[in-house]
Amino acid sequence: MRNTQDTQSIFELSKPGRRAARLPECDVPECSLRELLPAKMVADAPPALPELSEPAIVRHFVNLSTLNMSVDTHFYPLGSCTMKYNPKRNERAAAMPGFADLHPYQPEDTLQGMLQMLYEMQETLQEISGLDACSLQPAAGAHGELTALLVAAAYFRDIGEVRTKVLVPDNAHGTNPASAAMAGFESVTVKTTVDGFVDLSDLAAKLDDQVAVFMITNPSTLGLFEPNMRTVADEVHAHGGLIYLDGANMNAILGITRPGDWSPGKGGADMQHYNPHKTFSGPHGGGGPGAGPICVTKKLAPYLPVPVVVREARVARREALENDVKDNNSRPAPHDSQLFRYSLDFDQPKTIGRVRAFFGNVGVLLRAYAYIRTHGPDGLRRVSENAVLNANYLLSRVAHFLPVPQGRRCMHEFVASASQLKRDKNIAAMDIAKRLLDYGYHAPTVYFPLTVPEAMMIEPTESESKETLDAFTEVLFRITEEDADLLHDAPHTTAVSRPDEVRAARQPVLTYSAE
Amino acid sequence: MPYLYNTPEDQQAMLEAIGVESMDELFDPIPAELQLDRPLDLPPAMSEMELDKHLSTLAAKNRHAGQVVCFLGGGCYDHFVPAVVDAVASRSEFYTSYTPYQAEASQGNLQVVFEYQSMISRLSGMDVSNASLYDGASAAAEAVLMAITATRRHGKIVVAGSVHPEYRTTIATYLENLETDLVTVDTPGGVIDPDLLAAAIDDTTAAVVLQQPNFFGCLEDGHRVAQIAKDAGALLITAFDPISLGILARPGDYGTNIAVAEGHSLGTPMSYGGPFLGIMACDQNLVRRMPGRIAGHTVDRHGNPCYVLTMQTREQHIRREKATSNVCTNQGLFALRATVYLAQLGPQGLRETANLCLQKSLYAAEQLVAHDRFSLAFEAPTFKEFVIRDAENDVEGLLKTAQQNGILAGVPLGQWYPELADCFLVAVTEKRTKDEIDSLVSSLTNSSTPVHAPV
Repeated sequence: MRNTQDTQSIFELSKPGRRAARLPECDVPECSLRELLPAKMVADAPPALPELSEPAIVRHFVNLSTLNMSVDTHFYPLGSCTMKYNPKRNERAAAMPGFADLHPYQPEDTLQGMLQMLYEMQETLQEISGLDACSLQPAAGAHGELTALLVAAAYFRDIGEVRTKVLVPDNAHGTNPASAAMAGFESVTVKTTVDGFVDLSDLAAKLDDQVAVFMITNPSTLGLFEPNMRTVADEVHAHGGLIYLDGANMNAILGITRPGDWSPGKGGADMQHYNPHKTFSGPHGGGGPGAGPICVTKKLAPYLPVPVVVREARVARREALENDVKDNNSRPAPHDSQLFRYSLDFDQPKTIGRVRAFFGNVGVLLRAYAYIRTHGPDGLRRVSENAVLNANYLLSRVAHFLPVPQGRRCMHEFVASASQLKRDKNIAAMDIAKRLLDYGYHAPTVYFPLTVPEAMMIEPTESESKETLDAFTEVLFRITEEDADLLHDAPHTTAVSRPDEVRAARQPVLTYSAE
Repeated sequence: MPYLYNTPEDQQAMLEAIGVESMDELFDPIPAELQLDRPLDLPPAMSEMELDKHLSTLAAKNRHAGQVVCFLGGGCYDHFVPAVVDAVASRSEFYTSYTPYQAEASQGNLQVVFEYQSMISRLSGMDVSNASLYDGASAAAEAVLMAITATRRHGKIVVAGSVHPEYRTTIATYLENLETDLVTVDTPGGVIDPDLLAAAIDDTTAAVVLQQPNFFGCLEDGHRVAQIAKDAGALLITAFDPISLGILARPGDYGTNIAVAEGHSLGTPMSYGGPFLGIMACDQNLVRRMPGRIAGHTVDRHGNPCYVLTMQTREQHIRREKATSNVCTNQGLFALRATVYLAQLGPQGLRETANLCLQKSLYAAEQLVAHDRFSLAFEAPTFKEFVIRDAENDVEGLLKTAQQNGILAGVPLGQWYPELADCFLVAVTEKRTKDEIDSLVSSLTNSSTPVHAPV
């Protein structure tokens, strides 16, 4: 039941003198602030925070939570965001005090379980990408992009080459050109063809010895695998450049193909990031946290941020380990802390340094680790197969009434266009998106990629059922048949209707004030 | 597979509807020579029970703050997290939702962000806050980039040596491929020397970066530093400790232009250093140069008050290479945690928490320096952390002994400051009791009785 009483501003619920927290008595001899600190360093009064009781706080925030759509309550086919189920077992694991209550500067001998998990995560991400080294430090996908571009810049500086440009296809995520600019490169746009693939002649025209990196999203933001991937990689490499894979769409290719293998015999992608909060089921948290670990080839490894986790065999056990390998002709069990000691390696003279404090977004990585261990190699492949199956199934049904300009088939997502509806009935992609909310579905990503007019980017993920996809298709079809005015005013059933965004931007009100 | 719905019959029906024979055929668009011809070389799948056991085993190989007494600081602290914070943050309508781009279906998240922004600006004494960044260090680096574009000064950034070394490295990394130099002003006295600072600044300096309290726990003269920066036409960036603002003057009070912070202390556990909460707040006239998401108050088409993400023309998904930053993700869930935490504490609770940190840390420092072996490395007043110098220059041995007594006594400083190789940093939060502090002292002075099992 909706309760609007307690969802008013928390500052309006405040009353002077109300309190929730009670702190322990000070058990050491207490001195007055005036004796301890210079007067000008002390605030005149404590900050003007709201004053509430604990039940009021809980009621306020719990009622606010009910104003959200979420993966746990609704189908959330938001393209490019991979809104899959967030397993509860991962949440429980991340909350274990043995992981949650660790200080980053604890001695390594009190962190062996944590370091083992992180070491295995590095190895796992390298294996999935077909690359040689890994940094778990970046805090989000875009942060991984920036980190990798700084690694590339350090590499070229080190080998004495001056390269100033980064090439980005016109259908790339906005983070790509923004990361390039932030890393000090000039971002140059490469066209894509009408089919949605890299325009090889435009690439050839823009490739020169000034190009440091070509950033590619593959599968692309159109949900298509780049058919000329090998040629693109070879061309860029022939000019001395590096290939960066934007790993936002890894959910389509786990165990199917590896970016590091995309030019057989010669390598492939040189760098990539992962979005563990997409591919490996980390909850999106209403906007974060995410994580953005990157993998790179051997020649780029010396430039990665520090520290990385390394391990060494414990001397006393090394012999047993070697015998074990001989006897079984198999890999040693990599998870036995009796055999290995894990430590942080800061000794990388060519490192770019750091992109944040402490080790990384460990809590997100732990959930990803739990997800990967739950699936194993076959399970990860099943994930991608079913993500691609669900997307193609939805595409095959939706394409009957909403054109999908690029392709009869897709990988993990596809981009439909409402441009015909816009022309014929004045129904825009945004109208459909808003009307879907009325029917209890989150909207697809709209107006992206920019290369498709009235774009609606739909990604169902593998954790949805055929029944859900069928029901969604029927609703989507019904909406396209509805009266245009009804859609222009949509949504009708949500807590609020369309916000006045122009007013929000022109007369910004960004903090609460009583007036 | 635990999280898949499709039955074999479903899959068959779907393949037929698509018009393909098999799952493999779905991947025909990937050239055959690029496809992996073997399974991934990863350990086999685990059931939930096996996973739980495996992770519990890994967790048991760590010693956590419930098993040892933690006096470690340096930007991450063992503060108390009230149960209310966990209860609210575990609402899956919060943690399984995405960025509130569809405002009508995200009013909960948007209002939380708006309340977060409001509380952070009141806490810091700044005009406006964004919806959060990755962590304190990357927020400081973003502030530096923001200052460069705002001042159009590309010459240099001046940072105090008393700023967290990892924050300084992060800023240096962000600047590495840009034309701006990072100049560090040494702080041998533990705080900024105004003359040294003034000498380092010139008319190409975009910003001065200050930490308050600084990495050594010492209080800087914020007013003085702000004046020096202002006189040179540079902006002041202050990295603050949110808990300290229950007592200390707010960054906005002494002329900070961009305030940043590591916000994990506001209700997020230490989690081995992440994910954390990057706080950023600034002067009104800088808001359109701010990185990251910002929520605003507006009305809907019926005139009802509501919230929406605003000023998005700053951001990468609109402006691409001309955006103020590449930042997309914020730390929504931890902004929520901070909001609930600040509401739970309220003004008095935050003041009392800060006071406990202050009183207990001063008690700990006094007890330690009562022994000849120990002295305070710096004279400046401190808040909840302080640097102890060991006259016998055996920091490693001391910390190891304490660890054997179940105490993580401090962070050795030699790794960042070779001249402080005989020093360590001790942090005392509101959670530490007099007994624990007394045990710290006795374990460091060889008169110890273990309070906990050996680590």
